[in-house]
Amino acid sequence: MDRRSHLKYMLTGAIGSAALLQACAPEKDKAASLTLAGYGRTPEEMERDASLRTQSFFTEEEKQLLTVLVDIILPADADGPAASELGVVDFIAFMAVDQPSLQPNLRGGLSWLNVEAFILKSANFAQLSPEERISIIDRIAFPDTALEADKSAVRFFNTLRNLTMTGYFTTEHGLKELGYVGNRPNVWDGVPQSVLDRYGLAYDEDTLARCVKPEERNTVIQWDEEGNIIG
Amino acid sequence: MKEKYDVVIVGSGAGGGMSAKILSEAGLKVAVLEAGRDYDPAKEEDRTQLRWPWESPRRGAGTVRPFGDFDAAIGGWEIDGEPYTRKDGTKFDWFRSRMLGGRTNHWGRISLRFGPKDFKSKDYDGLGENWPISYQDIKPYYDKVDRLIGVFGTKENMPNEPDGFFLPPPKPRLHDLFIKKATQPLKIPVIPSRLSILTRPINKERGVCFYCAQCNRGCQVYADFSSSTCLVKPAMKSGHVDLITQAMVRSVTTDDSGQATGVIYINKLDQSVHQISARIVVLAASACESARILLNSKSKLHPDGLANESGLVGRYLHDSTGTDRMGILPTLFDRDRYNEDGVGGLHVYTPWWLDNKKLDFPRGYHIEYWGGMGMPAYGSGFGLDYLRQYITDEFGKPQVNGGYGAGLKRDIKKLYGASIGMSGRGESIPQYDNYCEIDPNVVDRYGIPVLRFHYKWTDYEIAQAKHMHDTFEDILTSLGATILGTKPTAENQYGLAAPGRIIHEVGTTRMGNDPKTSVLNAYGQGYSCKNLFVADGGSFVSQADKNPTWTILALAWRQADYIVEELKRKNLG
Repeated sequence: MDRRSHLKYMLTGAIGSAALLQACAPEKDKAASLTLAGYGRTPEEMERDASLRTQSFFTEEEKQLLTVLVDIILPADADGPAASELGVVDFIAFMAVDQPSLQPNLRGGLSWLNVEAFILKSANFAQLSPEERISIIDRIAFPDTALEADKSAVRFFNTLRNLTMTGYFTTEHGLKELGYVGNRPNVWDGVPQSVLDRYGLAYDEDTLARCVKPEERNTVIQWDEEGNIIG
Repeated sequence: MKEKYDVVIVGSGAGGGMSAKILSEAGLKVAVLEAGRDYDPAKEEDRTQLRWPWESPRRGAGTVRPFGDFDAAIGGWEIDGEPYTRKDGTKFDWFRSRMLGGRTNHWGRISLRFGPKDFKSKDYDGLGENWPISYQDIKPYYDKVDRLIGVFGTKENMPNEPDGFFLPPPKPRLHDLFIKKATQPLKIPVIPSRLSILTRPINKERGVCFYCAQCNRGCQVYADFSSSTCLVKPAMKSGHVDLITQAMVRSVTTDDSGQATGVIYINKLDQSVHQISARIVVLAASACESARILLNSKSKLHPDGLANESGLVGRYLHDSTGTDRMGILPTLFDRDRYNEDGVGGLHVYTPWWLDNKKLDFPRGYHIEYWGGMGMPAYGSGFGLDYLRQYITDEFGKPQVNGGYGAGLKRDIKKLYGASIGMSGRGESIPQYDNYCEIDPNVVDRYGIPVLRFHYKWTDYEIAQAKHMHDTFEDILTSLGATILGTKPTAENQYGLAAPGRIIHEVGTTRMGNDPKTSVLNAYGQGYSCKNLFVADGGSFVSQADKNPTWTILALAWRQADYIVEELKRKNLG
C-alpha cells in the first residue's frame, strides 16, 4: 500500500488500495461444504479464507512477544481494554499469512528485540522488566530521532503500530470508542444545527429549497416535460 | 445450445444491460453472456452492505478485492488466469469485474451527461476527432435514462453541463460546506453532485436510499444504479432473456458473406466450448474486451479481425486522467460525533470551470471531494509515524511522530474526520499510438489470445495534472488545511495516475461517419458487418471530463431503438 492509500484509509476508512489478487484457487463449487460465516464471499474467497485459517506464521514465543508489544502500544485505560484483549495479536497473525510480504519485517523486528535484550541482559525481551523493555522500545518508537543503525527496527515498529491501531479500531469496541455511529439505515438531513453553530456555518436558502426533504422520501417523483419536479 | 436467438449480447454491464432491457421489451429473444458469476446484492450470500469491519478476518483489507473485502467488484486489475501484457515499457492497467452487472456494481454512481461541446471538441481546439452525433441526437436518450434509472442533481443552466430529470440532492456534509466556503474567493464553482442514487423513489420496484454511504458495496434495496439490479434482472422477468454466466466469449462467428452468425464461448467452469447463434450480435464486454473479441474473430473475409477494415480496432484507447491530494483541517480536530454516512459518494463537486484557450492544455477536468467520519476499516489508524507532527496539544506544541501508549488513542480520536481530500478527473486526447492489440505469444486460461497494451500520456495530460495540483493547493490553502505529502513534479508526471487506473477506458472501436477513420457508424454498427454492434465505451470518440457510464447507457438505448427499427425495415437479420 502506498502512502496516499494509507492516508485515505486512515482518515476516512473508505477507500481501498490496489493489491494483486493472490493465490486464487481454480473455480470449484465448494461453497456448500464450507461452514465459515460468510461476509459476501465467492466460493474461491471462502476457500482461500479457510485455507489461511489453517496456516500460521508466528511461533508461540513470537505470539507471546507480540502480546507484550501490542499492549505497550495500546495499554488498557479508562476508555478500553488492552489491545491484546481485543484479539489484536490474532488479527496480526492472520494478516501475516494473508499478506506474506509483511513477514520479513515482522519477524526481523521481533528477532531484533530479542537480540537487544540478550545484549542487555542475556535474556529474551519478554523476560525483561517493564523498564528494561521500554528502554529498548524508546530507541525505535520515535522515527524522527532514532539512530540510523536502528532504522530497520523503526520500520518494524511503525508496521506494528499501524497493525495494532487498525486491529483495535476495527473491532466493535474500537468503533464505539472512536465514536463511529453509522453503518445503519438512516435519514440524512444535513449537519446537526449545534455543529453548524460551532463552526459558524449555515445552509443557504437555495440549498434548503433544492435538497431532498425527509418527508418526501417515500413519494414517487413526478416531473413536468422540462424536468421540473411537480410532485 | 441449439436455440437460435434474435440477439446475443456479450457482457452484462451498463451497455449490455441496457441492450437486453430495450431489445427484450421489443419482443426479441435475447441471450446475455456474462464472463463472471451471477450476483445479486439483495441475496444474503452476496451481501457486503451493512457489514462491520470485524466480519472480515482482514478487516476489509484489499488483499483479494482491490477496493477491499466489502467492495462489490469481483475481479480487479489482475485476475488469476486472465493475464494481459504491455509493450515497449509503457503502462496500462486493465480492471475487469467478472460478475453480473460488471463494473456497474462498484462504480461511483457519478452520472454526468456529456455537453454539446464534448461531442465537437475538435471544432474548438483542432485536436482529436468530432463525434458523428451531437448533443441534440443523444439528449432524448439521456432524458429517458434519467427517468428510467434515477439521478439526483440540480438544474444549473451551465452551457456544457446539461441539466436533466433530477431527483433532489442530499444536503452537503460538513466538509462540503467548508469546501463551498473556501472555493468562493477562488471563483471555483461547487455544485450538488449528480449521482444515480434514489433520494426519492422513481417507481414501486426499487427502494429508496437509506444513507449508509456504501453504494460501492451494492445495494440490497436497489436504491442505486447497477446494471444487474436495474436492467438485467427486470429484463429477465419478460421471459425473453436467457442469462448465461461463466461464459468467456472468444470470437464472433461469421458466414460466407461476412455477416455475424453468433459467438463462440468457453464455459469457465469446465472449459467446454459452445456456440450461440443469433441474427444480431451486440458486443458490450467493455471497450478492451470487445476489441479483443473482434481482433480474435479472424476469418478469410476478415483476416485482421472482424469490423477491422480501418485497422483501428483497439486504437485510440483512452482513460480519464486522475490525480489527488489531501490535507488535515485542524478546525475539525475533536469533532462532534454524529452519523455522517450520507449517500455513497460525493455530495458536491466542481464541474470544469475554465476556458482552455487561456491555458496550456486543451481539455478540462472535474473535481470530486471527500472527507468525513467514515466507517473504520483496514488502514484506519495507520500513519501516526508521520502524521502526529500535525497534531498540536492544548499549548499549540506539535506532537512527536510515532510513539506508543495513551497519546496514540488521544491523537487518533482528534484526527478522526478531520481530513479533506480531492480528486481531479479529466479528459485526455485520444491517440492513434495508444492501443490494445493481440499478443501473439500469450493465451489466457481458456486458451484465448490476450491483449497487449501500448499507452503513453502526452504533454497535454501532464500539463493538466499540474494544473490540478496547483488548484488543489489553492483550495487546501484557502481551507486552512495542513497539506499532506509533497506536491508531485514533472519527474513523476505531476502524480498522473497510470492509464487504466481511473477505469474509464474507452475509444477502441470508435464511431464516425467515415469507414476509413472509424470502426463503427453513428449507431455503433459495423460498416461491413451490419448485424454486429458495439454497445460499450468502445464506440466513444472522446471521453469528455465526465464519467462515461451515463453516455454508455444513452448510446446503448439509442442503438437498441435503431436495431428494432432496422429489423422492422428488414435491413437487418
